[in-house]
Amino acid sequence: MVLESREHDAGSATAPGIGGRRDEPRPPLRVALAQVAPRLDLVTNLERHLDLIQTARHNEAQLLVFPELSLTGYLLEDLVPEVALRAGSLQLASLAKAAGGMDIVLGCILESDDVRFYNAALYISAGRIAHVHRKVYLPTYGLFDEHRYMAAGDCFRRFDIGADSGASSWPAGILICEDMWHPSAAVQLARQGVDVFICPSASPGRGVTDDHGLGTARSYDAMTRTYAQLFTAYVVYCNRVGYEDGVYFWGGSRVVGPDGSVLAAAQERDEELLYCELDRAAVRRARVAYPLLRDERHDVNDAESDRIRNRRARA
Amino acid sequence: MQRAIASGTAALELDAALVTELLCGFIAAEVRKTGFGDVVVGLSGGVDSSLVAALAARSLGPEHVAPILMPYRTSDPRSEADARRLCDAFALQPLLIDITPQVDAYFDRHPDADRRRRGNKMARERMTVLFDQSAARDALVLGTSNKTEMLIGYSTLFGDQASALNPIGDLYKTQVFQLARAVGVPDSIVSKPPSADLWAGQSDEEEMGLDYATLDAILYHLVDERRTRDELAALGFDDAVVDEISRRVRTSQFKRRPPLIAKLGPRTIDREFRYPRDWGL
Repeated sequence: MVLESREHDAGSATAPGIGGRRDEPRPPLRVALAQVAPRLDLVTNLERHLDLIQTARHNEAQLLVFPELSLTGYLLEDLVPEVALRAGSLQLASLAKAAGGMDIVLGCILESDDVRFYNAALYISAGRIAHVHRKVYLPTYGLFDEHRYMAAGDCFRRFDIGADSGASSWPAGILICEDMWHPSAAVQLARQGVDVFICPSASPGRGVTDDHGLGTARSYDAMTRTYAQLFTAYVVYCNRVGYEDGVYFWGGSRVVGPDGSVLAAAQERDEELLYCELDRAAVRRARVAYPLLRDERHDVNDAESDRIRNRRARA
Repeated sequence: MQRAIASGTAALELDAALVTELLCGFIAAEVRKTGFGDVVVGLSGGVDSSLVAALAARSLGPEHVAPILMPYRTSDPRSEADARRLCDAFALQPLLIDITPQVDAYFDRHPDADRRRRGNKMARERMTVLFDQSAARDALVLGTSNKTEMLIGYSTLFGDQASALNPIGDLYKTQVFQLARAVGVPDSIVSKPPSADLWAGQSDEEEMGLDYATLDAILYHLVDERRTRDELAALGFDDAVVDEISRRVRTSQFKRRPPLIAKLGPRTIDREFRYPRDWGL
């Protein structure tokens, strides 16, 4: 009986069937998205952040993401230098302390030593600012006037969520609102191997003609799903709500999985704390099915960029 | 399809449910942020103020909306009847303040005034009543000017244009009609020809020499889409009409801006001194 069994099972008795290897299960990343309505008042917003940090910690979130300029509000104009924070400020220290073992991404005006004001998203982990993304694309057209008041960042850099906590980390990158409208930004992060795009946003709603909801909501729906699918990565999009000077911020925060499907979505208009678990196996499955990142021809891209740049230089 | 695009009606078609939700949210958020809970609205019996009162009632609750009816002795009595109909439909308690004595007290001393001066005076008297009532009631004044009239300057400076918040200032007149129907403004208000009712038989469209459908379509293409004159001609709009509308937009620019300030210092108000209206709120 034993021999017969060995004959039928050509190879090892432990060889797996379809489905392949068995990995040590890796824990998911529990993310919370704080779809809030910031006021144009730093003190009120700081208190609100502290409250939500407590709630998210209580609900065992490992990462809490706030919208763009969550600490200050958006339509700041001349308030920019008045609400700006230095990296070592007491306000940021109090948030880092409150977060404890949970990581947070929040938005503020960050003032540099040489007195530049950045629209920044800070990744705070293990009690310190572990990564800063300064918004590169400052919209200065239509209702936007960011470049009048702020300095632009100059890079998109990967950082690792959970790198300090000892758990397995998640390579991530941040795109703030308008950064998303420039696909080269997402490409640069994807090239650095990110599995998660974190996208804090303060997107004003406009376009109310009879065509399935807000025009801006449709744009972000398309972008978040497309980015997730093309880069086979998670997109964590956290947009604010509320009204400022008659401008409506529509919300619609969401997590899109690496296959482009919407996994969790907040309501439009109202405040909400949305939770979603990111599963690393989903990233692997998407990249097995669609090896787009493997097949990306960076050499072609680089060579063509060089050629175009050189031709421009000669012109 | 081509006809709909040329007339502009397709592009001006609203998602009425979405806009209603957005405007009710606007009223509630912007009123309460300032520490107020109530509003006053000058209710003429026309479609603009009826829509604003209806939205406010829906947003804040009818008990937080004070509609003020301010007829002058030459106002069409049917206007007041329509205003009362609107109040009945939305459970609002109207307050009647006849502006005849205060307007006539002035023009008794200036009997030579033409009807334009008289109309403007009435609009400004109504404004002073609204702001006084807002102080009496700890309330904010809601504006009722639509985008069409603001763009062509068919309004009285510091009169009907004055308010704390205007929920319908980004809606063209044809969109106001559409939304008014959707929120249940009574048919007698939505179906009558629009009138400022400054004198008997006045009609907006006759006075402007243009119908709102054409006016809105041209404004939409010029203002929102920033189309060129050539593009408008190609869409089938009459050159002379487009020129006239564009001239009215330009010559009424002063009505849409705060008064000019002679610049002297380094930080002149509204030029370098720029803060959001919701500063600290």
